[in-house]
Amino acid sequence: MMLNWLSIDYVLLVIALWLGIGVAGVFALRRFRFVARVLFPLGGVGCLALAGAVLPMFGSTPDIAILPLGLPQLPFHLRLDGLSAFFLVLIGAVGAGISMFAAGYFRNGAGTPPGLLCLEYHVFLASMVLVVLADDAYAFMVAWETMALSSFFLVTANHKLPEVRQAGFLYLLIAHVGAIAILLCFGVLQANSGDYTFANMRAQSLSPAWASIAFILAVLGFGAKAGMLPLHVWLPEAHPAAPSPVSALMSGVMLKTAIYGLLRISFDLLDVHVWWWGGLLLALGLATAVFGVVFATVQTDMKRLLAYSSIENIGLLLAGIGLALIFHAYRMSALTALALTAVLYHAVSHAFFKSVLFLGTGSVLHATGERNLGRLGGLIRYMPWTAWLVLVGVFASSGLPPFSGFVAEWLLLQSFLFTPGLPDSFLNMFIPIVAAVIALVAALAGYAMVKFFGVIFLGQPREEKLKQARDAGFWEKGGMLWLAGWCIVLGLFPNLLIRLIDPVTVSLVGAGLGRSTTESNWLFLAPSSIERASFAPLLFLLGITAGCLIAFALVRVFYHGRLRRSPPWDCGHPWQNARMQDTAEGFGQPIRQIFSPFFRLKRHLPTPADSAPSYHVEVSDHFWHWLYLPVARGIEFLAALVGRLQQGRISIYLLYSFLTLLFMLFLVQR
Amino acid sequence: MSISGFFSQLLAIVMALVLAPLLMGWVNQWRAWLQNKSGPGVLQPYRMLHKLFHKESVLAEDASSLFRMAPYMVFGCMVLACAIIPTLSTDLPLSPAADAIALVGLFAVARVFISLAAMDIGTAFGSMGARREMLIGFLAEPALLSVFFTTSLISHSTALTSMVEYLAHKEFAIYPSLAFAGLAFSMVSFAENARVPVDNPATHLELTMIHEALILEYSGRHLALIEWAAALKLFAYSCIGLALFFPWGIAEAEAPLALILAIPALVFKLAIGGFLLALIETLSAKMRIFRVPEFLATAFLLAVIGMLVHFLLGA
Repeated sequence: MMLNWLSIDYVLLVIALWLGIGVAGVFALRRFRFVARVLFPLGGVGCLALAGAVLPMFGSTPDIAILPLGLPQLPFHLRLDGLSAFFLVLIGAVGAGISMFAAGYFRNGAGTPPGLLCLEYHVFLASMVLVVLADDAYAFMVAWETMALSSFFLVTANHKLPEVRQAGFLYLLIAHVGAIAILLCFGVLQANSGDYTFANMRAQSLSPAWASIAFILAVLGFGAKAGMLPLHVWLPEAHPAAPSPVSALMSGVMLKTAIYGLLRISFDLLDVHVWWWGGLLLALGLATAVFGVVFATVQTDMKRLLAYSSIENIGLLLAGIGLALIFHAYRMSALTALALTAVLYHAVSHAFFKSVLFLGTGSVLHATGERNLGRLGGLIRYMPWTAWLVLVGVFASSGLPPFSGFVAEWLLLQSFLFTPGLPDSFLNMFIPIVAAVIALVAALAGYAMVKFFGVIFLGQPREEKLKQARDAGFWEKGGMLWLAGWCIVLGLFPNLLIRLIDPVTVSLVGAGLGRSTTESNWLFLAPSSIERASFAPLLFLLGITAGCLIAFALVRVFYHGRLRRSPPWDCGHPWQNARMQDTAEGFGQPIRQIFSPFFRLKRHLPTPADSAPSYHVEVSDHFWHWLYLPVARGIEFLAALVGRLQQGRISIYLLYSFLTLLFMLFLVQR
Repeated sequence: MSISGFFSQLLAIVMALVLAPLLMGWVNQWRAWLQNKSGPGVLQPYRMLHKLFHKESVLAEDASSLFRMAPYMVFGCMVLACAIIPTLSTDLPLSPAADAIALVGLFAVARVFISLAAMDIGTAFGSMGARREMLIGFLAEPALLSVFFTTSLISHSTALTSMVEYLAHKEFAIYPSLAFAGLAFSMVSFAENARVPVDNPATHLELTMIHEALILEYSGRHLALIEWAAALKLFAYSCIGLALFFPWGIAEAEAPLALILAIPALVFKLAIGGFLLALIETLSAKMRIFRVPEFLATAFLLAVIGMLVHFLLGA
């Protein structure tokens, strides 16, 4: 009997397990040890089971389930196909590491009790799985909203602080602006048939104009969730406010559900494709990426820096999807598959490395109580495990070979370089320039990451108390080790993941990178042929290692290994202290100068007469002043107008009711 | 892997290790001569390396293992870079391991490692050097990639060996896009190798140095490895430039005789290139650090213009 279960049934079982864990958490509200040592690890096991359960789904026919939940006549339709399975593997694999970390992270203290956090956390996981599984607009929206709400409560875990509440409200607001756009998009997609299942939407054929409206709504809706320009403002506020495992889960996994939604609608539900969609998304993506990375380099709060880096990565993903859409519009399926492979690879790679980075900041925060880069430093000596695991994430994030980030970047650049051959010569000319911009973004990401790692972990501790910092505990280390390990594995064996991506792209656009996944050349990543372009990460790593080891051995054989420790030389300057190192502001200064039009700078420089001179610089975002504050003022103005109606006297309200009734009668009369 | 391929691979690596300090010495010697000095002789870098390897390493008290690892990593990266660039022959078994994009990534790995190591001790100069190095890197890297994009669009391949084979076999014609790319490439090379308009390899004037500030805390064998790696980097950049823009004389598969002829051809080309480098260094003045982004942005734009020209003219 058990053997007849479909994969989707196991997935539902995992969801039930998570909900059960959540309920158990409510019953053990303040029994912190039970929640941390039993419930969170159990949730992590659920994540692993989820990833394991959907693995057989790649390349086979989709599983379908109908849950008798929801409205009469409108049950939840669920469907598990290649694309969903791919994102479920992502959720499971990343979630497992984060759950393990969370087991060691959450403590009793101010804010939400651990049992309640446990409920919110597991509801969040379950809702993300349901978003990916949903096969009708109703189930999708319910899961989508559950995801937004549960993550809102997680973000505001520390709700006693006013800035956390503010960040939470901003997040909730933008999440709902996005949700409205998605809802309207589904409304357009069902084309007046009144049937909101995805199967029906696939069957509809919209006119290009309506399809374009649906596409733009989807970009707006999912872009708001993903952090696309100009709807990105919630990200740098919400991520620092949330506890680190939650930041990791939101940045690593939740942003990817938005990418999933965009892929689902643009490649699966819409059957018309217009080339300018891709152009639009490409432009938006590039703007987002450049904006995100430039802002990341000047941040002084470590979690804000990572949040901006997430914006950058989302920008790259959107640019990749844009490129895939351009190819798709011209029916170049092999190139579409290459671009989509790059996007999916980057989605997974970003999920792993961004999670490990956020978790690392969590460990640092626990050990030092500091989030401000200006008060950290030198932690590699006191927290070696955290430092080296974060370094893996830093390398992957900077797109350095042979880590996972590079493979994604490489695939993306390859798909841009393959472009010549588009029928539109204008596009042909444009796209290599886009590749150059992507190269610039990748290089700037390296700058931001060197700053991130160097200021936190290297140098001398900028505060005396940092010398007492203790390394992460067993659970935290284990969680980071799992995630960092995958950054390395995916960097060294890209074909492992491409083998999973292939059936997905085949089902979406009818082509895959089949060649590079055949057994014969498992070592080489070669999208078309080895002569055309190839990359063998394992050989690459072996080459560097051999160079290092031979150098090491030869030095020891022919010369010696004598070593003496002494105070640092520093060009002979005798009095140096930790304050003389570059601060986070100092490290970002060249970027602030080069990209000054990007920033709104508020600078306070001391005059020579100041008795207590202080230097202060504040970097803020133009979009606040150009877009959000005018909109907010407009709404306040409208609200004040509406407020005039409220006179606070019952007779006036009765008059309103009377007038309304008269108006209604007038309408009915006609 | 064929025997001849293995042989030419090994030869390429050994040649790089041996010739790189010589190229450095050659450039320095010409610089001295052009400045009316007598110069230390072309063999000086070897003596320098030998001396440094003999000395004991003095390490700052709180240096972490990252700091001790970095010289080996940088050296390993540069050896691999020299192994995959077609210096003598395009028949390189290691070449499919990394194409042009991965080569840029390889240089980036070395740069990130040395910058992190410079920040490790926590001195003012170290972190200043790291910041400047990354500043140069973030502009030079996309410029270099764009140069490779141009050549790969022409040759329909990002593999270095295929690029060089294609460029060597095309009928002789001046490609305008390659001219732009070549100009951009030489500007990037000056920046990446800490040569004069951008950085002065001979300076120890604290506020202007970039490369020297990075390696200020290194001594003994660590410094020797870094200096050797810097020489290898100069060699690698010179060889990329020669292979892409003057690809004559590079041997191909199954041609042992050509391999033997390739060595004098390479030495000849490098000698001329080294002289030109010294000449340009002598004729130009070092620019202020905030002129460097303009210089590199120019290089970036030139490389992008090269790509555009390729699309406009089809060449």
